[in-house]
Amino acid sequence: MTDDELIWRIAGGSGDGIDSTSQNFAKALMRSGLNVFTHRHYPSRIRGGHTYVEIRAADEEVKSRGDNYNFLLALGDSFARNPQEEAYYGNEEIKPLTENLDELREGGVIIYDSGLLDTDEIPDFDERVEANNWHVFDLDLRGLAKEYGREIMRNTAGIGATCAIIGLDLDVVEELMTNAMPEKILEPNLEILRESYEDVKENYDTDVGVTVPDSEHEEEPVLISGSHGIAYGAMDEGCRFIAGYPMTPWTDVFTIMTQHLPDLGGISEQVEDEIAAAALAIGASHAGAKAMSGSSGGGFALMSEPLGLAEITETPLVLVESMRAGPSTGMPTKPEQGDLEHVLYTSQGDSNRVVFAPGDARESYVQTRKAFELAYNYQIPSIILYDQKLSGGHETVPESVFDKEPNPDIGSVVTEEDIEEGERLAGRFKRYRYDGEDGVSPRSLPGQKGGNYLASGNEHNEAGHISEDPDNRVTQMDRRMSKLDAIRDELDEMDKSHQTVYGDEDADYAILNFGSTKGAVEEAVDMLNDDGHSVKAMNVSDMLPFPKGEVNSFLEDVDEALVVEMNATAQFRRHIQGETGRHGDKLYSLLKYDGNPFEPTDIVDGFEARLDGSAEPAHNTRIESATGD
Amino acid sequence: MSVFNAIDEERDIDVNEFTPSLEPQATWCPGCGDFGVLKALKQAMPEVGRTPDETLLVTGIGCSGKLSSYFQSYGFHSIHGRSLPVARAAKLANPDLEVIAAGGDGDGYGIGGNHFMHTARENHDMTYIVFDNEIFGLTKGQTSPTSPKGHKSKTQPHGSAKSPIRPLSLALTSGASYVARTAAVNPNQAKEILAEAMAHDGFAHVDFLTQCPTWNKDAKQYVPYIDVQDSDDYDFDVRDRREAAEAMHEAEDALYEGKVLTGRFYIDDERPSYQQEKQATGDMPETPLAERYFDDDYEWERSYDLLDRHK
Repeated sequence: MTDDELIWRIAGGSGDGIDSTSQNFAKALMRSGLNVFTHRHYPSRIRGGHTYVEIRAADEEVKSRGDNYNFLLALGDSFARNPQEEAYYGNEEIKPLTENLDELREGGVIIYDSGLLDTDEIPDFDERVEANNWHVFDLDLRGLAKEYGREIMRNTAGIGATCAIIGLDLDVVEELMTNAMPEKILEPNLEILRESYEDVKENYDTDVGVTVPDSEHEEEPVLISGSHGIAYGAMDEGCRFIAGYPMTPWTDVFTIMTQHLPDLGGISEQVEDEIAAAALAIGASHAGAKAMSGSSGGGFALMSEPLGLAEITETPLVLVESMRAGPSTGMPTKPEQGDLEHVLYTSQGDSNRVVFAPGDARESYVQTRKAFELAYNYQIPSIILYDQKLSGGHETVPESVFDKEPNPDIGSVVTEEDIEEGERLAGRFKRYRYDGEDGVSPRSLPGQKGGNYLASGNEHNEAGHISEDPDNRVTQMDRRMSKLDAIRDELDEMDKSHQTVYGDEDADYAILNFGSTKGAVEEAVDMLNDDGHSVKAMNVSDMLPFPKGEVNSFLEDVDEALVVEMNATAQFRRHIQGETGRHGDKLYSLLKYDGNPFEPTDIVDGFEARLDGSAEPAHNTRIESATGD
Repeated sequence: MSVFNAIDEERDIDVNEFTPSLEPQATWCPGCGDFGVLKALKQAMPEVGRTPDETLLVTGIGCSGKLSSYFQSYGFHSIHGRSLPVARAAKLANPDLEVIAAGGDGDGYGIGGNHFMHTARENHDMTYIVFDNEIFGLTKGQTSPTSPKGHKSKTQPHGSAKSPIRPLSLALTSGASYVARTAAVNPNQAKEILAEAMAHDGFAHVDFLTQCPTWNKDAKQYVPYIDVQDSDDYDFDVRDRREAAEAMHEAEDALYEGKVLTGRFYIDDERPSYQQEKQATGDMPETPLAERYFDDDYEWERSYDLLDRHK
């Protein structure tokens, strides 16, 4: 437990403005020179219910939510109007306190809204405060907000008090509020902020040992989520058409894109279902636009049919899959990595696709751009697979990550001159001709002179006409399937691999993971190596084509490896074994699927439990033995 | 200069241009009503003035889905019931294209029913031809959404307990701005209606009665037909929604009593198409999106300009 970081948690009810308040505060911390990582926890309800946002801020790079937290701002759950002792969800009114105390670090700070929360209702509150040496500030935030008109502004009062305690200058917060708030509510908010700040400064002892470290950014940072990374990556690649159906957590990408596309001359369509959404993206792409769609588990299941259609008609298509806990509706607002196999194998027949699983916001941007490039150059579906945690969590990313070159190149499209010179079959352009190169047959676009052909979901010949000829079938299948090899070669030759290796190359022990577990794993590796272990980690992003060579050489000399993933059946481990055909006796699994992401100590405990039994696996995690080859 | 030169072309168009130079052997059964759709569609094209290269025909699955194989134009043979979402996005991406979608009664009113309702509601500027033969043909004769109540088949051995879909009424209430019914046995009317539907600026739904001589044995079921426009007995205003609804009800009831009413049932040429509505709200570019990728002078706006809000 260190004091060189602030992990601030704001807890309350959904609809209390927790999200917008925390966004502003996170930005304030970033503008003060700190690196920031946010984590959003919320129930599948519109209003009420326990929710919190955690902001971790430090001088050093922050890669995960960290272990536990050290500052709680507990606001009342204003929407639990009818508290009942026997209610199914329990007494929600005091949840902002009761639900959060377990993870508050020793010596931590609690601000609670005494206008709404009564600690007498928590039987052991005082004992716990004493035992943990917590510093408690009981402030009537609601009372203060009410004085200025609206209860909801108790958020601002909480921020003012927080700043007083952690020693953050109000200027930054005031500036952000001035930019973000409409004039009507700005003035009372500013007054509440200052009054709350002054009140705490004057009347309380703020020397509690939790302060913000001094820091400065080397490069100008921005605070974005994985969803922003994907949306901005898509738009920089010239994506100007999106079709979707709302579903948590994919909705984040959909709404970000929808907000901006019309201004960029693009089109967004909210449609009747996910089958339609993916089919629209195919239609727009077929007609010559860069298009995407996406969904989460259940919605993506509906897209399995159009996904295959894009593949056989060789229509470029980019889909996003933001995983949440399944099966079926599962836990809509909780992260999981249980859709990996669903995304790898969904759709009928031997199917072929590119799948990237970015590990953080920066990778979301970079890999989405690459996914578009490959989809359009190779006329193949590309899928960006990520999860609820990466969808909504914000992190500081240097602005320089964002490539300054937009790429509207639509890939392998013929010119009308090419068409004129090209061969024809039954009067139609040979759009699916075999050229023996990388499996890609350049396409014509509807409206191009002389280029008409049939794009058929049935097996077809070179002009697109339905064909069940055995030789044609084999040729077309082989050509389509060969694209993945060409893509694998292209990825291998890239300057920078999408896979991230962390720790000492010669380490004895390895951790393998994919997607949003990246940050927690890297922090765990640091902790383990500081404790004298010899551990390295690889975060794999290329799910298909799978980087066999890189993974093989990474695992070559280690004694054993722990595959860390958020699902119950070790899907990623199965994928590694299936793709490499090796390592069956070396790969152990650490699994977590309780709806919460891995924290670094979960991984440290799992590692130590597996290696020498010196620890128990953390609560709700499970170790699974190697299966053998 | 546009990459889509076919669209800029203005010339006389010959009906034969829509026949592939080496015509694929149609796999439809002898006497199939689908031949009537193909012929009527080809004949309507010169009247609409669109070339094969500026026409995109999107079909579903089944016998009707093969239309795109025998009709020379840009074609997209999609999946069962999904021709409409593919077609409407192609139209949004490139509104200069002539976009036609086609499918069968199972395809259009069954599995694709949701898309039908919503495409009509949005009033996309396109033509939707539904081959309506009251049977699933290619899967060998199962009861379809338009099969009459009591219809016996391998999937409804005791006779269907379901009332048939009312496609004209469904199109009208969903919001289609042009609704007509025609029949393969009436080639002249079919050609006229298809030409009119394509010229219509909005969603034009044509319920096209096609006989299935193999699975719906009574291949002559749609003869004789009555053209509601030619008969004094059916005097209603096709531009009046209520009168149109009434006429559709009559036509839909009469069909299963052996009286086949065809013709235009509803025309609303005032209602703006979806594209126009969307342009009015600022949600859609004036110039075709698809062209932008080939316009060397186009200044691509960059999303990282949006990063300012994240600082």
